Amino acid sequence: MRTCRVVGPLWAAAKHPAFAGRPLFVVQPLDASGRDVGPSFVAIDNVQAGVGDRVIVLTEGTGVRQILKQGDQVPIRSMIVGIVDHVETA
Amino acid sequence: MYLGIVKGTIVAERKAAGLEGKKLLLVQPVDEHGAPSGDLQAAVDTVQAGVGDFVYLVGSREAALACDPWFVPVDAAIVGIVDGLDVPPRGNVS
Repeated sequence: MRTCRVVGPLWAAAKHPAFAGRPLFVVQPLDASGRDVGPSFVAIDNVQAGVGDRVIVLTEGTGVRQILKQGDQVPIRSMIVGIVDHVETA
Repeated sequence: MYLGIVKGTIVAERKAAGLEGKKLLLVQPVDEHGAPSGDLQAAVDTVQAGVGDFVYLVGSREAALACDPWFVPVDAAIVGIVDGLDVPPRGNVS
């Protein structure tokens, strides 16, 4: 999983049926001090995240399928699964 | 998943079993501002995308799961055509 910042929503009318009704966001991975690191990517939202939130993003499909319970053919790899309240680093 | 722009259509007469009938497009991965991010990819299309479309893709095993039938040898699939994106201008980090 990655900690990321929610950059903004995106809309798509034509999409694979597995994405129907699922909010999509661009998310930007962050380093330990909250700075952007690496390329942004697209994730569905499972926790009502908002723009600017720091979130935990699952980036592997098997975990996504366990959460969605829509069978084993769901072509989704990344999902926002938590909203970070704070991070403590040593 | 990640964003991309469709750059072209790939025609391949001879291909592995399982790829028959699959539409292959050439896609440039991009960031949320449309700037190129990484190398060109060949991706299977599942949403009737065309050249110039702004799309999002899924990679790895999930790309095969986007296909019907789903046991196919692909590692990138276009799974949506982006109509709109609401992101702040570059450099304006909140």
